[in-house]
Amino acid sequence: MKKNEKVLLRGSEAIGEAALRAGCRCYFGYPITPQNELPEYMARRMAELPGTVFLQSESELAGINMVYGASATGTRVMTSSSSPGVSLMQEGISYLAACEFPSVIVNIVRGGPGLGNIAPAQSDYFQATRGGGHGDYRCIVLAPAYLQEAVDLTYRAFDLADEYRIPVILIGDGMMGQMMEPVVLPEFRKDLPAKEWAITGAGKGPSRFVRSLLLDVHVEEAHNWKLYRKYQRIERREPQSESYATEDADMVVVAYGTAARIAKGAVRRLRDKGMKVGLFRPITLWPFPSKAVARLAESVGKFLVFEMSMGQMVEDVKLALNGKAEVELYGRPGGVVVTPVELSRILSRRYNAMQHEA
Amino acid sequence: MKGMKKVIGRPKYLKEVPNHYCPGCGHSIIHRLLAEVIEELDIRDRAICIPPCGCAVLAYYYIDVDMVEAAHGRGTAVATGMKRCLPDRVVFTYQGDGDLAAIGTAELIHSANRGESITTIFVNNGVYGMTGGQMAPTTMVGQKTTTTPKGRNSVTDGPPLKMCEFLSPLDGTAFLARTSVHSPKHIQKTKKAIRQAFQTQMNDEGFSMVEILSQCPSNWKLSSVDSCRWIEEGMIPQFPLGVVKQRQTEPS
Repeated sequence: MKKNEKVLLRGSEAIGEAALRAGCRCYFGYPITPQNELPEYMARRMAELPGTVFLQSESELAGINMVYGASATGTRVMTSSSSPGVSLMQEGISYLAACEFPSVIVNIVRGGPGLGNIAPAQSDYFQATRGGGHGDYRCIVLAPAYLQEAVDLTYRAFDLADEYRIPVILIGDGMMGQMMEPVVLPEFRKDLPAKEWAITGAGKGPSRFVRSLLLDVHVEEAHNWKLYRKYQRIERREPQSESYATEDADMVVVAYGTAARIAKGAVRRLRDKGMKVGLFRPITLWPFPSKAVARLAESVGKFLVFEMSMGQMVEDVKLALNGKAEVELYGRPGGVVVTPVELSRILSRRYNAMQHEA
Repeated sequence: MKGMKKVIGRPKYLKEVPNHYCPGCGHSIIHRLLAEVIEELDIRDRAICIPPCGCAVLAYYYIDVDMVEAAHGRGTAVATGMKRCLPDRVVFTYQGDGDLAAIGTAELIHSANRGESITTIFVNNGVYGMTGGQMAPTTMVGQKTTTTPKGRNSVTDGPPLKMCEFLSPLDGTAFLARTSVHSPKHIQKTKKAIRQAFQTQMNDEGFSMVEILSQCPSNWKLSSVDSCRWIEEGMIPQFPLGVVKQRQTEPS
């Protein structure tokens, strides 16, 4: 493959290859649909790469704890799963956050709750952005909408994880995992950051330990403050979003991931008909791009949140806007994927109603 | 002192701090044995311990090696992740009966079955110590605990799990032994078994585990002396001591 050459890849392969190029040396995971192509790709590909570890764990619970062990040694490591499996990982993610072990977790979300189905959904938004497990913590949550972006964000996820010593969740769905798009793959990372905190055996130096048991309430409080300050730093520096056709928009659709792809198509149709509708697409779900969406409210009176879940991201939009603009939800849960045409009809009805009221 | 020979001292890798264990508890003896074996095998530089959730969670205050605390029951999964990344280190978990034989059973069985080159130090005192004396998977039938006030009922609670025998048929297990720390003779045998388990790992032969019957006077509501007697008379008939499995390695 030549440098900067475009290759046609399936989503799961693109994510896997980008991870390996980012310096991921270990993959641990348990089969679950609709993300099996990712561990299968890793099993194939890692067999060709010396010094890498692929291990199919006996459960997601074991898998995330293997991630924890590998991360403790300073190794770049990832796992992937889908909604019910990611629920099982929550205990481990809480420990990763507490011990500040960098890690990358891919969640190819499916319809839920419970066993649900295997169709594309966005119903794990709360779980991903609110911590998900027990205790006071956050994970960085990245939500690509295109495969090139999935490649770039996967590559970046490992750097973010190391820089902030935090679990990073890359969130997608079966549509993204299965679809094929041309992508340019980044180079293999050569110089990875040194990790003086890694636990590798004491050598000749003093022995060290990493733990999350902090029985002294003041020590635990200090640790929580330390984490909180880190999260504040991330909230200042790392929000990412895309605005599309928002300059003169009267109404803006807010959507991420697959929903944003659909919404972009719908917005284009409405623009062709002369309706002033735009799209705001959060790329980081946590930190949520609150400032960027609030800035839009200076000229936009109405925000329509389109999510493939039933009222999750809409809460962050409302918090960001803080009453400055009208916010309405159009949710399609359960794994239903509406077409751009269908969505454009919904949007034009809301747009016309708004114009009528005005 | 002139004319006197030092025959015993504090192990080099047992930190000089008072420990938090109850009087008569077996953990402090087992910690000392680990520190001695680590010194004798000269592996302090490359040993990594995964302490459990339970009384021994604070092992990092006492044993002078690198440690990473695991979630309850997940020790062998964490050890797997570490050892796969650092194959030349000596990685061992330290787990109690609840941690290993109840909540962590799946992780244990699969790590053992994969023949992970790790060692598990399994402290079996037949009771949940840190949480205040509830029934453990290894509690004796008839034994009273805070959650079996009339004694463990084998019909409703099942009989105690014998983990060494349970793991023995697995191809991945290379060394399994059950010992006890209720008398000086057995303490010496325990040390020998720990040494052998580490040696098994260093020879890359497969999974190794030492199950150690250990006193818990506080939760057994017995004196230290009576606790030792309970191991001898109550536990050993159920949990026979000795090497349960030692895989013969083929000469290379």
